[in-house]
Amino acid sequence: MNGVLSLTGRRFGEARHLGLVIALVLLAVVGLVTVPENFATASNLVSILSLAATIGVITVGMTFVIIGGGIDLSVGAIMALASVWATTLATQAFGPFIMAVCAILVGTGAGLVNGLLIAYGRMVPFIATLAMLVAARGLAQRMSDRKTQLIQQGNEAIVALSTTRVLGIPLLVYIFALVVAVGWIVLNRTTFGRRTYAVGGNPEAARLAGIDVRRHTMLLYALSGFCCGVAAILIMARTTTGSSTHGDLYELDAIAAVIIGGTLLTGGRGTIIGSILGLLIFTLITNLFILNGLNTSDQLVAKGLIIVVAVLLQRRNLKERAT
Amino acid sequence: MLIMSGIVKQFPGVRALDGVDLDVRAGEVHCLLGQNGAGKSTLIKVLAGVHQPDEGTIELNGEAIRPSSPVDAIRLGVATMYQELDLVDGLSVAENILLGHEPTRLGFTRRRALRSTATEILTRLGHGEIKPSTEVGRLSPAAKQVVSMARALSHEARVIVMDEPSAALAHDEVANLFRIIRELTSQDVAVVYISHRLEEIREIGDRVTVLKDGRTVAVGLPARDTPTSQVVSLMTGRNVEYVFPPRSGVAPGAEVLRVENLTAPGVFTDISFAVRAGEIVGLAGLVGSGRSEILEAVYGARRASGRVLLEGASVSRSTTKAVRHGMGLAPEERKAQALLLDQSVTANITLGSLSRYARFGWLDRAREDVEARQLVETLDIRPPDPQRPIKTLSGGNQQKAVLARWLLNGRKLLLLDEPTRGVDVGARAELYAVIRKLADDGIGVLLVSSEVPEVLGLADRVLVIREGRVIHEGAATDLDEHAVLDMIMEGSAA
Repeated sequence: MNGVLSLTGRRFGEARHLGLVIALVLLAVVGLVTVPENFATASNLVSILSLAATIGVITVGMTFVIIGGGIDLSVGAIMALASVWATTLATQAFGPFIMAVCAILVGTGAGLVNGLLIAYGRMVPFIATLAMLVAARGLAQRMSDRKTQLIQQGNEAIVALSTTRVLGIPLLVYIFALVVAVGWIVLNRTTFGRRTYAVGGNPEAARLAGIDVRRHTMLLYALSGFCCGVAAILIMARTTTGSSTHGDLYELDAIAAVIIGGTLLTGGRGTIIGSILGLLIFTLITNLFILNGLNTSDQLVAKGLIIVVAVLLQRRNLKERAT
Repeated sequence: MLIMSGIVKQFPGVRALDGVDLDVRAGEVHCLLGQNGAGKSTLIKVLAGVHQPDEGTIELNGEAIRPSSPVDAIRLGVATMYQELDLVDGLSVAENILLGHEPTRLGFTRRRALRSTATEILTRLGHGEIKPSTEVGRLSPAAKQVVSMARALSHEARVIVMDEPSAALAHDEVANLFRIIRELTSQDVAVVYISHRLEEIREIGDRVTVLKDGRTVAVGLPARDTPTSQVVSLMTGRNVEYVFPPRSGVAPGAEVLRVENLTAPGVFTDISFAVRAGEIVGLAGLVGSGRSEILEAVYGARRASGRVLLEGASVSRSTTKAVRHGMGLAPEERKAQALLLDQSVTANITLGSLSRYARFGWLDRAREDVEARQLVETLDIRPPDPQRPIKTLSGGNQQKAVLARWLLNGRKLLLLDEPTRGVDVGARAELYAVIRKLADDGIGVLLVSSEVPEVLGLADRVLVIREGRVIHEGAATDLDEHAVLDMIMEGSAA
């Protein structure tokens, strides 16, 4: 089906998404068959979405960075740092709104440092963000003294993002949806998005066409950090805590989701929708393993296989298009 | 010796080859002519084992062959030099030349043998000055071409296919290339030579096969005696000559660009000149004389001391600022420096003027589409579908899209580096007309080209550059090709 649709040239993105949608449907069928009484319940579907929301927000930022030709390994650590910074007693004294602002500022600030190092310090993204991963997690441990920081009384408004439901769905899922929608619009309908594709696809051509490639690269990492800040608010809401252990290995899940979604690690090509579908596939697998009472180790093996299969299928698609 | 007959190759949506015949004799230079998109590249890819033909047969020395991969083709004795350089930037010159068949012992590369073999081939090519240990990424485009040629020579091949080998070469290097080709043919190697330059084909070619729309329209014409008009009309179906648009005769307007004492140590020294509105100024010189580098420095893409003034105001050195001040550059290497290959024609055209379509960062895609479509029509970019990925267009049409990029937003100065490289005769005339039209509309144009007739035919004023210095400045009509070649080659040829 990919082959036929890709002939029209322009619409191949949708064809690729079709494959992801089919994979999602297949997984849902597996759920319906193996655990019919638990899978298709409203509470299970809501819990899948809530689970996906935190990494989902991070995945949106990661999609921008990877399309722009980079990579951000520090997302999980930045989120942890933002959650810790926002839940220190000093910050909590200012109330829930300032806590949220704090999380976003810390996330954006850390992302900006990444961006400065990569764009103006000419560091390789992999190394700069690896350094940030280690350092941010260390700073988070230091600030929290390795203790989990509970959200105090009076600041329940943060937790309410997870407990308040509109139409049966928690607010944090709406925030996730909002971030995805805004991300899609920015990537597809603004000069920022167009420049992201240009900078990732051919940095030299972008530079010679008058695009400030360095400034744009810096902004991409700041954007990723911003998303981590938003994700920190969501994880605080879900767990009622800030902790230096939050978001461990989130970077791998986010990168995997982006890759499954068809974004090339070499940059210049990719979609937000694909990344989100990739993430939902991942989350659904986790959910199915839990509902079936299966071993989490097997779950990791299954995820690894999914990445391999997805990339192999994409490579075949690329070849078809290349000829 | 090599006979290809009835070759058909179908791609999704296009019949790239529709029954092509080719008959190459041992020891001859067989030229393949045709417009961009005529099927030359596909044909040689079939021969090189990159594509497998759907129909037709290939015979080499009376034996039917069917190369299933590039490795297979090389083993059968067919080596290919592609138009797009296929070198690994991170490896050394020697490693690139012998890539895939390195001398080894027990799985270890024999580094000394590797280096000496590479040196030997480079010396044979007359380029002993290229060090085998240099990283290829650091070489100039012309030097890369030499390495690519050395690679093709490294496989004791019986047939060597050269796809536009002279495109990146200056005049004296072309002479060198021809010397090597003659040496090869004297050893009964057959050379399949693709070029857009008819004068080259007359000089080096024995016989010519002309392709048009995936079919052979003429087989084995004598290269020297077939009149140009006949060849061109076979290729195009119309009678186009290598035509330059007439100069308008109107005196140029106010000064747009003034360059003062521009110097980049070791590259160019003390360059000063001016470009007026409505004027085309050509820089003539050999590859490596510093002409492209001067263009880059004016555009802010390369560091240099001295001053660059645009309409009297000093321009600080960044490409972003250069574009904001009204400059535009069509760079030398179209694919590597100008195009987003995966993106549509529209996205490539509007890349240099995105803010024009933006309100608070929001892209007005309808307007973008309308204006891109107009330019596609004005410049006759084919196929006329702005949504097509630009990589599916021919070189000439891609170049038009690069020019179109700078027509959107009132440029004052256009810098054109090799605007017709790899572009066929018909599309060239169209590009020349577009460039002249831009100048007539009041834009200043600074043109760099390896082809002296192009500089003389198109420019109003010519600067001759040798070894990083301006050695002559004068009206194009006062010069002829011979005089310019004399100037740029004096001292440097020996």
